[in-house]
Parts: sequence; structure tokens; C-alpha cells
Amino acid sequence: MSEPSKEVNRHTIAVLVDNEPGVLARVIGLFSGRGYNIESLTVAETDHVKGQSRITVVTSGTPMIIEQIKAQLGRLVPVHKVADLTLEGAHVERELALVKVVGKGEKRVESLRIADIFRARAVDSSNNSFVFEIVGAASKIDAFIELMQPLGLSEVSRTGAAAISRGNKPI
Amino acid sequence: MARKKMQGAEIVIEALKEQGVTEIFGYPGGAVLPLYDAIFKQNQIRHILVRQEGGAVHAAEGYARSTGKVGVVLVTSGPGATNAVTGLTDALMDSIPIVCLTGQVPTHLIGNDAFQECDTTGITRPCTKHNYLVKDVGDLANVVHEAFHVARSGRPGPVVIDLPKDVIMAMGAYQEAGKAPAEKYSPRVKGDQSAIAEAVRLLAGAKKPIIYAGGGVINSGPKASKLLQDLVKLSGAPCTLTLMGLGAYPASDKQFVGMLGMHGTYEANLAMHGCDVMICVGARFDDRITGRLDAFSPGSKKVHIDIDPSSINKNVPVDVPIVGDVGSVLADMIKKWKALKPKQDQAALKKWWGQIDQWRAKKCLAFQQKGDTIKPQHAIRRLFELTQGRETFITTEVGQHQMWAAQYYNFDKPNHWMTSGGLGTMGYGLPAAMGVQVAHPDALVVDIAGEASTLMNIQEMSTIVQYRLPVKIFILNNEYMGMVRQWQELLHGGRYSESYMESLPDFVKLAESFHAVGLRATKASQLDDVIKEMIEIDRPVIADIAIDKLENCFPMIPSGAAHNEMLLGPNDKAEKPISEQGMVLV
Ligand SMILES: Cc1cc2nc3c(=O)[nH]c(=O)nc-3n(C[C@H](O)[C@H](O)[C@H](O)COP(=O)(O)OP(=O)(O)OC[C@H]3O[C@@H](n4cnc5c(N)ncnc54)[C@H](O)[C@@H]3O)c2cc1C
Ligand SMILES: Cc1ncc(C[n+]2csc(CCOP(=O)(O)OP(=O)(O)O)c2C)c(N)n1
Ligand SMILES: [Mg+2]
Repeated sequence: MSEPSKEVNRHTIAVLVDNEPGVLARVIGLFSGRGYNIESLTVAETDHVKGQSRITVVTSGTPMIIEQIKAQLGRLVPVHKVADLTLEGAHVERELALVKVVGKGEKRVESLRIADIFRARAVDSSNNSFVFEIVGAASKIDAFIELMQPLGLSEVSRTGAAAISRGNKPI
Repeated sequence: MARKKMQGAEIVIEALKEQGVTEIFGYPGGAVLPLYDAIFKQNQIRHILVRQEGGAVHAAEGYARSTGKVGVVLVTSGPGATNAVTGLTDALMDSIPIVCLTGQVPTHLIGNDAFQECDTTGITRPCTKHNYLVKDVGDLANVVHEAFHVARSGRPGPVVIDLPKDVIMAMGAYQEAGKAPAEKYSPRVKGDQSAIAEAVRLLAGAKKPIIYAGGGVINSGPKASKLLQDLVKLSGAPCTLTLMGLGAYPASDKQFVGMLGMHGTYEANLAMHGCDVMICVGARFDDRITGRLDAFSPGSKKVHIDIDPSSINKNVPVDVPIVGDVGSVLADMIKKWKALKPKQDQAALKKWWGQIDQWRAKKCLAFQQKGDTIKPQHAIRRLFELTQGRETFITTEVGQHQMWAAQYYNFDKPNHWMTSGGLGTMGYGLPAAMGVQVAHPDALVVDIAGEASTLMNIQEMSTIVQYRLPVKIFILNNEYMGMVRQWQELLHGGRYSESYMESLPDFVKLAESFHAVGLRATKASQLDDVIKEMIEIDRPVIADIAIDKLENCFPMIPSGAAHNEMLLGPNDKAEKPISEQGMVLV
């Protein structure tokens, strides 16, 4: 077998699980116990009838590590499906962030102007602050936060990525 | 029709019965009193009272490994559950099917730091295949049925069911296993047919093949061992086994080249290093096997058959992965081979065997028994020879004696060798032997032990005596934690820090104090008589065999070294000093 690639790549993985107590602890424990990296992890019930939740985890590793992560996830008893959205064709990935910016005068106007460019909405405002809601790829949110830094960035809350494959097929 | 209501504890016992359980290893306590009451009121399931919960899990492991059935454990909440953790981890590492019932404080007190409360599902999550906390009596029966299914299916492993006291005291309806909702856990058994065809093509075209098989063959059942033999015979390839696989292929057969790995044979390791096609059957490329990864069998095409996809490409990337059950995949391979009737390169195979015979000629396991001092290798060899013709099961503790047992006791059948391989748990062998003897009352069951390991679960002698289990504890007594001393010689300039066993008990008197029989051999001339007497006595025996104190275990691949950098004996110094990278490895 030829040398496996040592290149580290970012992967977005969707995991369908039974919505039962402990399932999230199992998944997180697997990542920490085996030393895998978690960039973000989101979870919520997605099928109330079947009692299933969907976990979206963004991780990174060499191809061998990514394969291990998927295999390790797959062998957890409450896990029904593991899909590597990064490998399985195109997918849409979105994250929501709430960004609090505190400031007055020029800076306040500037933050509003940039928010407009990024299609971020002000969901709260006081006479010296805004809370912006921004949705997009993680890189877009990173860029937005960076631009807000000099304008009075005070607090950020991010959801982590939710993702789904493009086209008419489910995972 | 309204179902008859039963108490939760009775539902649990009923479900165990339905799952075919006839023995449970356990220890009572407040949280499980209703279960003990339910046990008291029936006589289909026998409860074996151990002396420490750790012993219960190892006993259940021995029981499971020697029968192919699921081993069952019952312990109380808090300390009962935490005492079980080592055994559960051991069972997880070695893929042993166990169902462990743990008591828990009543649901309304969970999280309250109540008396004898611990977060059992939290603590055992990483050391079980799966675990459950049952909060509703209506779920009880189904959870028990599902737990057995999970424990024994796919890659077997330990499953914990945590039972709050109010749940096992509540009244509820019983659910039969058959009527339980469709089982959600169903690992793949049948291998991919095109991959299997590719594996057959590779094996048939190989000039220097090797079949490397492991514990997965034992897990798959005796039929898989038979199929493994068929494939080895059909292909004419040499076969090597891991520590966990011993017995999956008959050691007495000439195509068997011995165990491989750190303390494996010269011929097995060099054949692994030099082969052109490797068929890995139910083994997991453990670090005891591969040595230095970048130097592991560099020129071979590798096929890996394993039921657990996470075992594949974990340490060693392979060319042909086959996810499936060993038995099913081997049957398909043999069918394909027979249909294909391949023309093998007989000249190349002959040359390969010529090479293997040259390696064999090194006689890497040779030893000399001279004088009065008993060589450990000789002790095991005599034990092997004197137990031939009997149904004999061997368990071991962990250390040098374990490796000598693997090297010098030959196994021709699966399920007769029980050892703690993955976790390497000292104190495993004595309770495991107890579990084996419970399952096989008429067989000879010997725990090949070290004196240090024996003391780790010595309390189980009391259980052994109570249930009249004629278990034999065969101690290779070197008055050292021999394996630790050996590594201190190799890595730490022979500074024997804390590896000498001070103040050992008199094992003969110790046996007698438990109402068992104590025997001792201090000279080579006494060895055979002691072994024979040990076998003949129909009672538990501790045989204290004083061996050469400074003998070391060879061959050995030092940590961080490659297969072809093996040390064959005490005069063999590693060509290169052990690297820092090697030093950090265990
Ligand atoms: C002091 C000490 C020294 C040791 N030295 C050595 C040594 O020199 N050589 C050695 O070999 N070991 C040695 N070991 C043991 C070693 O640590 C490992 O436990 C052992 O090598 C693993 O064996 P295995 O690869 O057969 O895997 P196992 O742990 O038995 O795992 C079985 C594999 O088969 C798979 N499987 C299970 N069921 C099935 C099925 N039905 N179908 C298909 N696949 C299945 C599993 O998924 C798993 O991948 C030593 C241990 C100790 C404590
Ligand atoms: C529970 C546990 N603690 C520590 C170890 C580390 N260890 C491995 S072998 C060994 C010494 C075993 O001594 P003994 O039972 O006398 O066997 P010997 O090597 O002398 O044959 C030790 C301490 C272990 N494997 N298990
Ligand atoms: Mg010792």
C-alpha cells in the first residue's frame, strides 16, 4: 500500500442519532477520548416522530484519521448514519452568529454600513450598541467579526455549522 | 389481553432466563436487594458469589470466552459499579461479550450525591460497548434483550445496564424478546463479494503469502477456526496467530509458524516482514504486532477481514478491506477459491517455505533445563505435556509467565486459552479460571500465574473453595514483577525500582488457609510430581513453582524496533540503542 496522505483537511460530517440521553456525551467523549479535533458541533432533534437528532460536526485530520472518526462514530449503537458531506459531493453549510458591537458616532455608523454589506440584521439596538444577526459560511462570519473588531466588538455567540447536501437526495 | 404485572426485579430475571442465562457472577448491596430477592425465589439461574466485584467481571469473561456465551455480572451501586470498571475495560479491549447489571440509587435521588451513588453510565461510557440507564419499568425487559443483542453481535463487548432501585421495585409488564421492537443494531456480517474475489486472487497469486489471524476468529465461533484451517490448507500459506488468536489454528500443524509480535517467534515475525501478500483475519494490527509502523511488512499487499470498520486502516493502511464476519467471509473465500481452481506458483511457494525453514532452524524458543533450578519454559512445557489427552483450559495473569505460557503451551482448539491481551490486567487469570470452571465443571482449568499477579485477586480463592471449583493456580514464582524487571534491564540500566516482591506469603499455607491444597516445587526433580499431583487432586490447588529468578522472555522485539531487529536471547544486544521514540512506547 502506498504511503497514505498526511495532508490535513477540514471535513463536515452529518450524524443521525437516536435522540436519547447520553448520546451527545458519547459523541463528544469519543472525540476527546481519542484525541480528535472538534471545530464545531451542533445538535438538535430533526425528526420528532422517529425521535432522531442530527449532529453536524466540523473536524479536521488526515484522510486516515477522518476515516477513523467516521468508523468510530458509526459503531456507536445509537448512531444510524454517518455522512461525510465534504466527500459526498457539494453541500451547503451555514452558521448563525449574534455579534454585539458597542460604540458611538462614526464607529456606530460604520458598523451598520458593514452589516449591510454582509446582509447582517440588527436584531437589537440601544443608543450605544447593536446586536447583529449574521448567517453564512464560517469564513464569512469570521470576516465580519474581524471587521467589527476595531468598531467596538464586545461579544459573539455562534451556533457552529449546520450543513446539508445539495440536490434532491437525502444523506 | 392485559399482561400480568410483575415487579421490575422479576422482569429482569425473567429476561435473563429468556436470554438463556444459567449463571450470574455477582455481589449484593442495598441498591440491588430486590434483584437478589428475585434470584432467591427461583432456581433456574445460579448466582456465584464472588469476593470482590472485579473478580465477577473477570470470571464472566472466562465464562464467556470458553463457551461463546454472554457472561453476566450483577453488582450494587457506587463502589460495586466502580470495582467493575477494570473488568469492563478489559472486556472492551479483548472483545468479550458481557452484560453487567449495576444497581443505582432511586431515580429521584440521581444527581444528589446520595449514599452509594456514582455516575455509572458516565464512568462506564468509554469502557463499554454500550450502556443504559433504565428510568421506566416499562422499558426494562426490552433493554435487557437489546443489551444481550448488542453484547454478542458484531464485535462483541461489555454492556452495562444501570438499574435505579425504584425502577426494579415498580410493577410493570414483561415483554418477550421476540416481541421486542425491531433491533436497531445490525452490524454487517457478509463481506463485499468483489473484495473477497480480489483477496482470493491476491492469495492465489502470492509468492510469499502469510495468513495472520487473531481473536476475531475466536469471536466468530469454532466454525470460523475450521474454515481458517481449510483456507490455510488450500493456499499452502504459513499461518501465524496473535496472543488473542491462539487456538484458532492448531499449533501442532506444520503450517503454523507460531505467535507473532513482540514476543512472537523469529519465523513468524520475519515471514510477516518479508511476505508479499498478507491476509489479516480478525486481528487488529496492534502495536505489540506491528513494532515500528513505518517498517512493518513494507513490501506486502494487505487484505484485512474485520467486522468492525474502525479496526480497518486504523494503524496500518490496507489494500483490500473486507468488513464482515470472519466465518462468513472465509466461507465465501473458500467457495471462490474452489470455483477458481487457481494455478499457484508452486516453485515460489517452495522457495518461501525453504526460507521459513531456515528461520525456523534458529530455534528461537530453544532453552536448556540444566541443574536444579527450574526454568520457566521447562515448567510450562512439562505442564503442557502432562496435561495432554485431557480437556484442559488455560488462563493466565499478566507478565513473563503469560508470554511463556503463550510460547510453550500449545493450543490446538479455540476457546481453551483465556488471557488479558489488550488491557493486560494483572489479577485476571484467577477469577477467569473460576468462570471457566463454572462453565466446564469436569475440565482441568489451570491459571498460569506470576506471584505478583496472583495477589491481585487472591480473595477469589474463597469463592473457588465455596463452589468446589477444582481450579489450579500454577505460579511461576520468580519473586519479581519479572516483566517489569526485564524492561528495567532493557531501558533503565538494570535499576530494579520497586519490582522486587518483598514479603511474599507462603503460598502453600495461603492455599491451606483457604481450605485448598498447597504444593511446592523448588527443584527441577520435583516438578513432574507436583504437576501430576496438582492434576490428580480433585480440589483447588495452588502450586508454587520456584523458577529461575532472573530468566527473561525471548525472543523480543524492543519497543520502537522493526520485526527484523529482534533480540533472540540475553546475549543479543540491540544493534542500535533503543531510541527515545522507542522509550516512550509501552
Ligand atoms: C505483556 C503483554 C505482551 C504482549 N505481547 C504480545 C505479542 O508478542 N504478540 C501478540 O500477538 N500479542 C501480544 N500481546 C497482546 C496484544 O496487546 C493484543 O491484545 C493482541 O495482539 C490483539 O490481538 P488481535 O489482533 O487478535 O485482536 P483482538 O483484540 O482479539 O481483536 C479482534 C479483532 O477482530 C475483530 N473481530 C471480532 N469479532 C469478529 C468477527 N466475528 N469477525 C471478524 N472480525 C471480528 C475485532 O473487530 C478486532 O479488530 C501482549 C499483551 C501483553 C499484556
Ligand atoms: C493491574 C496491573 N498493574 C500493573 C501492571 C504492569 N505490569 C505488567 S507485568 C507486571 C509484573 C507481573 O509480575 P508477576 O505476576 O510476578 O509476573 P512475572 O512477570 O514475574 O511472570 C506488572 C507490574 C499490569 N499489567 N496490571
Ligand atoms: Mg513474578
